[in-house]
Amino acid sequence: MRDNPVFRIVSKILFGPIIIYGLYVQFHGDYGPGGGFQAGVIVAAAFILYALIFGLEKVRNIMPNLVIQYIMALGVLVFAGTGIVSILMGSNYLDYSPFAYKIYKAQHLGIIIVELGVGLTVFAVMLGLFYAFTGFKPKK
Amino acid sequence: MVEFWVNVFLISLLVVITFYIIRLRSLIAVVALSGAYSLTAAAIFVNLDAVDVAFTEAAVGSGISTILFLAALRYLPLEEAHQTRYSGLSLSLCTIVALMLIFAAFALPDFGDPNAPAHIHVAPRYIEESYPLFHIPNVVTNVLASYRGFDTLGEVVVVFTAGIGVIILLTGSTLSMRFEKTENALDQKSKTSKEEA
Repeated sequence: MRDNPVFRIVSKILFGPIIIYGLYVQFHGDYGPGGGFQAGVIVAAAFILYALIFGLEKVRNIMPNLVIQYIMALGVLVFAGTGIVSILMGSNYLDYSPFAYKIYKAQHLGIIIVELGVGLTVFAVMLGLFYAFTGFKPKK
Repeated sequence: MVEFWVNVFLISLLVVITFYIIRLRSLIAVVALSGAYSLTAAAIFVNLDAVDVAFTEAAVGSGISTILFLAALRYLPLEEAHQTRYSGLSLSLCTIVALMLIFAAFALPDFGDPNAPAHIHVAPRYIEESYPLFHIPNVVTNVLASYRGFDTLGEVVVVFTAGIGVIILLTGSTLSMRFEKTENALDQKSKTSKEEA
């Protein structure tokens, strides 16, 4: 089944658009439905689709385990670090108002950064779980 | 009125799917049906105008969960090992709990009731402020990332911790350490299929 050219070509064609759609969901969260959680899952789904057709090894070449682990932690760091930055700029934890001169610009900026953190962590966790489930021989 | 009947149809579809999930023995069919269950639930959320929740349900519930269940099937036989027995005690317990929940549901406020407790606490402030003050049309994102930033931070930490925990449980270490040594299942399958061809 995996050598079927239909699957291979369709998954190749879909890979890019799925990621672009994930990024759209990520950065359009203020205006439409979506946000970091959904975007992370969608982008992870693109990689999983690729892994299902072309094998895990190919995907691990472009997204190695170590990178996945760093991204996982980086997302939490971005989110929590945003709070620290707002403290350093003289405001409360996770208060975005000092990020820009106008309150709504600051709010938009803060939400985009924080959602990026959410998206990174969710993406990496989903892909890491998939790696963990498929990448090992079960112990008998 | 149309919405009501669509909901009735979707909820009865959920009941049918649940019935088949209980009855079927083939685990792959059960996984596929649980994906269908999530998709139907997502349709119900769309019908209730909770688009963000529907989106999450469709992406996580019917997308990734189904894939992860299928991947987990590798550790299991394809069919349930033995016939499930139905005991009278568990049946009556389930019935009693279901009746209690249905009885309690009558005490809930009507759908869309403006005087419901959820709608008179902080929600009006979110809805009034979000667009004029912050220029953010999607109130849900604003509530998630800004008003309830602490909650969302907690959720992200939960996702992170759960992910790390599951990976360590399954692999015995973090991903990078032991991964290189073992051949993984997907590639193994492709190798055998090539050899057969």
